[in-house]
Amino acid sequence: MTSPSHKRVAAPEKVIFEHSRPGRIALAQLPAATRPADLPQDLLRSDRPLLPEVSELQAVRHFTRLSQLNFSIDTHFYPLGSCTMKYNPKACNSLALLPEFAARHPLAPESHGQGFLACMYELQEMLKEVTGMQGVSLTPMAGAQGELAGVAMIMAYHRARGSLERNEVIVPQAAHGTNPATATMCGCELREIPNGPDGDVDVEALRNAVGPRTAGIMLTNPSTLGVFERRIVEVARIVHEAGGLLYYDGANLNAILGKVRPGDMGFDVIHMNLHKTFSTPHGGGGPGSGAVGVGKRLLPFLPVPIVGREGDRYRWLDERDVPQSIGRLSAFMGNAGVLLRAYVYMRMLGREGMTRVAEYATLNANYMLARLMAAGFDAAYPRRRASHEFILTLKRQARDHGVSAMDFAKRLLDYGFHAPTTYFPLLVPECLLIEPTETEALEDLDAFVEAMIAIEREAEDDPDKVQSAPHDLPVRRLDDVRAAKQLDLVWKPAA
Amino acid sequence: MPFIPHTEPDVRAMLDTIGARSIDALFDEIPAELKTRALEGVPPGLNEMEISRIMHERAARDGMPLNFIGAGAYEHHIPAAVWAIATRGEFYSAYTPYQAEASQGTLQMIYEYQTMIASLTGMQVSNASLYDGASALAEACLMAVRAHRKSKSARILLPDTLNPIWRKVVRAIAGMQGFTFEELPYDAGSGSLRSDSLAAYDGQDITALVIQQPNFFGVLEEVDDLTRWARRNGAFVIAAVNPTSLALLKPPGEWGDGGVDIVCGEGQPLGVPLSSGGPYFGFMTTRMEHVRQMPGRIVGRTLDLDGRSGFTLTLQAREQHIRRGKATSNICTNQGLLMTAATIYLTLLGAAGLERVAAASHARTQELMQDLTRVPGVRSRFTGPRFHEAVISLDRPAKGVLDALAERGIIGGLDLGAHYPALTDSILVCATETKTAADIKTYTETLADVLKSVRAA
Amino acid sequence: MSKIPSDIRYTKSHEWVRKLPDGTLELGITDHAQEALGDLVFVEVPEVGREIAAGEACAVVESVKAASDIYCPVAGVVTAGNTALADTPELVNQDPYGEGWILRAKPTDASVFNALMDAAAYAKHLESEAH
Repeated sequence: MTSPSHKRVAAPEKVIFEHSRPGRIALAQLPAATRPADLPQDLLRSDRPLLPEVSELQAVRHFTRLSQLNFSIDTHFYPLGSCTMKYNPKACNSLALLPEFAARHPLAPESHGQGFLACMYELQEMLKEVTGMQGVSLTPMAGAQGELAGVAMIMAYHRARGSLERNEVIVPQAAHGTNPATATMCGCELREIPNGPDGDVDVEALRNAVGPRTAGIMLTNPSTLGVFERRIVEVARIVHEAGGLLYYDGANLNAILGKVRPGDMGFDVIHMNLHKTFSTPHGGGGPGSGAVGVGKRLLPFLPVPIVGREGDRYRWLDERDVPQSIGRLSAFMGNAGVLLRAYVYMRMLGREGMTRVAEYATLNANYMLARLMAAGFDAAYPRRRASHEFILTLKRQARDHGVSAMDFAKRLLDYGFHAPTTYFPLLVPECLLIEPTETEALEDLDAFVEAMIAIEREAEDDPDKVQSAPHDLPVRRLDDVRAAKQLDLVWKPAA
Repeated sequence: MPFIPHTEPDVRAMLDTIGARSIDALFDEIPAELKTRALEGVPPGLNEMEISRIMHERAARDGMPLNFIGAGAYEHHIPAAVWAIATRGEFYSAYTPYQAEASQGTLQMIYEYQTMIASLTGMQVSNASLYDGASALAEACLMAVRAHRKSKSARILLPDTLNPIWRKVVRAIAGMQGFTFEELPYDAGSGSLRSDSLAAYDGQDITALVIQQPNFFGVLEEVDDLTRWARRNGAFVIAAVNPTSLALLKPPGEWGDGGVDIVCGEGQPLGVPLSSGGPYFGFMTTRMEHVRQMPGRIVGRTLDLDGRSGFTLTLQAREQHIRRGKATSNICTNQGLLMTAATIYLTLLGAAGLERVAAASHARTQELMQDLTRVPGVRSRFTGPRFHEAVISLDRPAKGVLDALAERGIIGGLDLGAHYPALTDSILVCATETKTAADIKTYTETLADVLKSVRAA
Repeated sequence: MSKIPSDIRYTKSHEWVRKLPDGTLELGITDHAQEALGDLVFVEVPEVGREIAAGEACAVVESVKAASDIYCPVAGVVTAGNTALADTPELVNQDPYGEGWILRAKPTDASVFNALMDAAAYAKHLESEAH
C-alpha cells in the first residue's frame, strides 16, 4: 500500500442554525394553538428558545451530511482497544423497535408487559450462565454505573456484617480510570498496586496491600494490558482470606466468553458492558448498558428492579422483595431497549455462538500481533499470548523519528482506519491498544497491517507527513489548547 | 457462522502465521481447571427468521393499550425523520468521538445539542447528556456539593413534590459520600411545595434546594419565590424540568432574580420512544462559572491547523480517564444516540412546533380533567395550576380500578398510593398531543363503567 | 535542561517555594513541571484566608492532557492567589518562577521552609526521576 485509499468523505457542514430563516417551519404537526390562557402569566416564558427554523428536507440533508463526517463500524474497521467495536446486527435494532415494544410505557402494568418481561427474564438467566453468577440485575445504564452498583454492593455487604472499617478498594495501575473514580463516588479509599513486568498483577504487592480495612479489589481479566491474569486463583484466595471481595470489570469479557467464567475464577460481582460483548450499539458514545451479576454473598444487595418469575407469569421484584438492595439507579429499569437488543443478539448466537465470540476475537488479535511483530513492531508483552486485544509500543519510532503513537493514530485515519486506543493504558509509553473483534475478515486485518507498515516507512522517509496527519479528513488536527482556553460551547448568532 | 466471516482456509492460514496448532491453543494461559464446560443454560442459536417470529409474538402479546400515564416518561409524536437518521450506521455504530477528525459528525451534533438545550433552559453551558433524568439529578447534587465552596454542610433539600423514584435514585447514587437529604412536605390543597416548609431552614447552611417544575403531580411550583428564598439563604438551586414544558414556561435561567445554578431533567420527551423506560437521556446545563464542575462530555468549537473551524471534546481533564480517583464523576459515556434523536427532533419542530406540542398537551390534559371529574365519584385532587399532568381522586382505592381499566385496554394512570400513603385513592393522569377527543371519551366512559361495576372496597 | 534557580526551595512533587521579605511564602510549579504538563489551559487558585495543612492539595493546574494537584509543603493561611492566571494560565508556562506564581501563604511554622530541597538537591531529584 503506497498511498491512502481513503479520500475526504465530505466537506464541512454549516451549523444548523446557519440554515435558519425566521418563520420557516419543518412540519405542521398540529393545528395552530394559542398560548394557554389558564396558565399564570408570571410562570410563562417571555422569549422563544434558540431552535432552528428549517424545512424537513434541510434538516434531513444537514444531519445526513453530518453523519458522513463520521467513522463508524458500518463504514470503517474500528480497532479501538478496550471498546469492542464489533458489528451491531441490524435485526437487533429492528426487533427492539417493534411498535409495541417502542410504545410500551415503563409504568404500564405487568399484564401488558409479559412479552417484554419474558425477554428480560431470559436475558438475566443467560447472563448468569455465561458469567457463572447467581443473580443478575439489568438496571445499570452503562459500564460505569455497573461499577458503581458493584462497589456499592460490596460496601453494603460489609456494612451488613458490621465491618464498618472496610473501606479500601484495591485497584491495579493498569485499571480503567472509571475504577478509581467509582471507588471515590462510593466513599472508598483507593490503594493502587503495580502490575509486574509480564503484565500480571504483582501478587506480593497485593499480599502487602490487603488487610482488615480491605473492602475488595477491582480487576479486569484479561487485563487492559491485553493479557490473561494467570494467577487469578491465587489473587482470589488472597483477597478472600483477607475478608475482601473481588469485583470483575467486564470490559474485556469478549475475550473469554464461553471459555472461562468470572464466577469460576472466584469473582463475587461483575458488570458486563452489553454494548461491547453483546453487540448493542455504541451510538456515538452511548447508550451503554452495564448489567451486574453477583455470587451468593451479594444476592441480597442487587439493585432493583429485577424480573422474577412465578409459574408462567413474570413480575417486577422491587424494594419489598429485595429489602437490602442498594436501591435504584435509574428512573425505571435502565436502558430497556438496549437490553432487548442484547437479548436478540444472544438468542441468535446461542450457546455455540457464545464460545465462537472469544475464539475468533482471540484468533484475530493474535494473528494481527504476529504479523505486526514480524514486520518489526514492538509488542508491549511479546512473550505473552494476546487476549482479544494487544498493545504495541512505539517508543522506538518516537525516539528515532519523532513520530508518536498519536501521529500513527492520526495517519491511520488517512488510510481509512479508525485509530486504535492511544495512550491507554498509561503504563505503556507510546502505546496503541488494538482490538480487532471477531467480526472482521482476514482481508481487513491484512489491510490494517499493511497500512501500519506503510506508515512506518513514511515515518522513516517523511516524518512530517505522519506528524501533521490527518490530511484527507474533513478537518486537520484541531487546536485542543484553544478549545479549552477560549471556550466556545454554544453557537451564538452574529451580533 | 453468524457474524463471523472466517473460512476454513482463513483459519488455517492465520494459525500458521501465529504458529499455533489450533484456536484452542490460543487459550493456553488460562488455567485448565477454570475452563468452562458447555453453556447448558443458553439455548441453541436461532436464525433471524426464528428470533423475529418470537419477538413479533411477544410484542403482539404486550399490545398497544391506550395510555394515560406520564410520571416521568411521556408519549409524544416522533417525526419519522428522527429515527430514520439517528439509526444511520454512521451515528448508530460509532463510538465516543475520541478521534475528533474522524468524528466531526457526532461532535458537531453535540455542539448543536448543547446550544439548543442551553437556550431551552436559559443557561450558558450544557454537557453532551447523561444517562437519564433521575441519574442526572443525582449528578447535579454531587456537582452542587463540589461547586458550592461556601457551603460546608452537604445538606440538600428534596421536596416531596419531586418525583419519588428520582429521590430514591439520588439517595442510591449520591448517598454514599455522607450527604444529608431532607424532604419537604407538600401542601395538600394546592399540590405544590408548602411555602412554610422552607421557613424552618431560614438562616441555615443548606447546599442546595431542588425544585421540580412542573412537579411530580403536574402542578406548577412558585419557582420565583423558591429561588429567591434559596438566594437569600446562600443555597444553590437545582432545577429539574420537563423540556417540552420549557417551550411555554419560564426557563430556570430566569427564575427568581438571577436564575438557578444547575438545571437537569429527563430528555425522553424530545423524540425518544417510551420503550419500557430506556434508553433515555438526561440533560444538564449550568452557568459558565461552574463548567469545570460539570460531569460528562463537553464539546467545544476550535480551529484546525489550517485555521478552519472544527469541533472537539474539551475540558477532558475533569474526566475519569485523566483524573481517575479525583474525577468529577465516573461517567464515561453520554447517551449519544438519544441526544442525536433529540437534536433532530428539536430541529424539525423548532421553537414554534415545540410550543404547539406543549400547548396541545396542556389543552388535552385540561379536557381530560374536565371530563373525568364529571364522572360520579371522581374529583380533581389539587387546586394548583398544572401543565400536562394532574391527579384525580376516587371514592375508593385506586388500585382495583386501574386493574379493571387495564383489563379493558386502558392504562389509566399511576397509582399514587405506592409512593404517597395519603394518596391511595389517587391517580396521576397525563394526556399529551397524541390523545384525541375520542380517546378521552373512551377513557371517561370506561372509567364510569368500571366505577359502577367494581364495588367500592 | 529546565531552569532551577538557586534562590528558592523545591519539593519532590515539583513545586517551588520562595520566602518573601515579610516572611510570607510564595509557591508555584517548576519549569520541569510546566514542561511536562504542556500548555496550561486552567489554574484553580485557593481563596484568600483558606487554612492549608502541610502537604495538602491547595490548587489545580490543568492542561489538555492532564490535571495535577499542587501540594503546599508548609502549613499556613493563604494571603493571595494569582488572579491573573484566571485569564492567562500561560503565564505559568512562560514564567514559572515569576509571573506564573500560584499562591502566597503565611506559614504557621516558618522553619519548615529550611527543610525543603535546595536547587542542587532538586536537580539531583530530577536526575533520579529520569532514570
